Amino acid sequence: MLLMQIDIAFILEKVILITVILMGSLGVAMYATWGERKVAAVMQDRVGPNRAGWFGLLQPLADGGKLFFKEEIIPDRSTRALFILGPCLAMLTALMTSAVIPWGPDIVTKNGVISLQVADVSIGILFIFGVVSLGVYGVMLGGWASNNKFSLLSSIRAASQAISYELAMGISLVAMLMMTGSLSLRDIVAQQHGFWADNYFTWNFFKQPLGFLIFLVCSFAELNRAPFDLPECESELNMGYHQEYSSMKLGFYLFAEYINLFISSAVIATLYFGGYNFPFMDQVAAGVHPVLFAAICALVLITKVICLILFFMFVRWTLPRFRYDQLMNLGWKSLIPLALVNMVITGGVILWVMN
Amino acid sequence: MGIYEVLFWFLTVMAISCALGVILSRNPVNSVLFLIATFFAVSGHYILLNAQFLAIVNIIVYAGAIMVLFLFVIMLMNLNADTEPQKNRLVQLAGVISGGALFLVVLAAFRTTTVSVLEQSATDIGLIKNLGKTLFTQFVLPFEISSVLFLSAMIGAIVIGKKE
Repeated sequence: MLLMQIDIAFILEKVILITVILMGSLGVAMYATWGERKVAAVMQDRVGPNRAGWFGLLQPLADGGKLFFKEEIIPDRSTRALFILGPCLAMLTALMTSAVIPWGPDIVTKNGVISLQVADVSIGILFIFGVVSLGVYGVMLGGWASNNKFSLLSSIRAASQAISYELAMGISLVAMLMMTGSLSLRDIVAQQHGFWADNYFTWNFFKQPLGFLIFLVCSFAELNRAPFDLPECESELNMGYHQEYSSMKLGFYLFAEYINLFISSAVIATLYFGGYNFPFMDQVAAGVHPVLFAAICALVLITKVICLILFFMFVRWTLPRFRYDQLMNLGWKSLIPLALVNMVITGGVILWVMN
Repeated sequence: MGIYEVLFWFLTVMAISCALGVILSRNPVNSVLFLIATFFAVSGHYILLNAQFLAIVNIIVYAGAIMVLFLFVIMLMNLNADTEPQKNRLVQLAGVISGGALFLVVLAAFRTTTVSVLEQSATDIGLIKNLGKTLFTQFVLPFEISSVLFLSAMIGAIVIGKKE
């Protein structure tokens, strides 16, 4: 079998990388819940969680333990198989995106090149887009299978919101792809090398400010986060699509949201803020060991991701929730035309610069 | 068997059994889910042909957008097995005969044709660069005409959906 011919070292390398990324995303998501509560506390002039451990740092573990030991309830009139499938899908799609993100530069050693990206597919961005568009199934199936009208309404809201904002997101990405000329995330990051080249910034944020803004707003909507958290607005829908869920299934839904937050921050950092690149990286690369350099790069990326997560949290605790018609108007009547204009301007600028 | 054959047979069995699941399952929501699984199997076949762009577009457009709308409508209509209308015997018989006749024709056609074997290695045609170049040079007129068709369909949907 051909499977046997593939290098064992290659498989081992990828398995280790996947494990590290998986554990990393789970860890970051876990502490994102703690961070969210601390941010909320600071913004509302409270103390926040401070009982479990130093600064409440053990709070996520306590929460997880609580969810594990809760009674597992599956409603009598629910569609059992889909009720269980819902949270599984939510978790699966949340974790899948991390496969194409380059977490650091290649480490060149004597025995070969170690890549810090699980899979360098030539259609990296489209892969992310595909997984994002599948992400809505977890919410939809869970909400429908619960056989509860609030859950159903919430899942329908989530689905229509996701579909509406995917369009603007896609068009804003098209404008960016016109500049990069590649769909591979590795190429896109490599093009943003350093910080300053050819008398201009290399990061896509400076080349596509409007596209970045549209992408950011759309990712708020895709993440179901405030100010677009219509699928779970307590005042209208109680708890939304996870109303009937208990125990670790509820935990999966809540957790998947934070993993999504982490991964989409990583995607934004990769696409618009240069990924693992940082100013004066060539000088640093010349001075240190390649492994240490890769570690520094990964650390830079994580720092950018954490800044973005904090930004998401600040927005959540600052802005009030949109009304549903406002949400739809913003998506269809403002963001999509804006994204189209951005695409036309980008095309014009590319033609003008190239001639 | 190499890994390609293993994957090919796995995806083929998955595609056919999920397609059967679409028409055999009682609950329309299950049918939609089986259809999504079928799309995934077909996308897997595209990847085996090194047509990654087609594979992912198949997932984004069909599984990610159109099937969500299907699911949406089915959930809102709340179809159940017991509310499904029972067709009378004559219609069922006619359906079986016409379907069987079509099956026979297709089977006869496939028995006599020879399908040219695609070289497994030398196909880069499904990669986005080659696909884009082909679409915008060799097939630019059909491509533009089909996009105009899409545009008119969109405008038509808006006109129909607009309140007076």
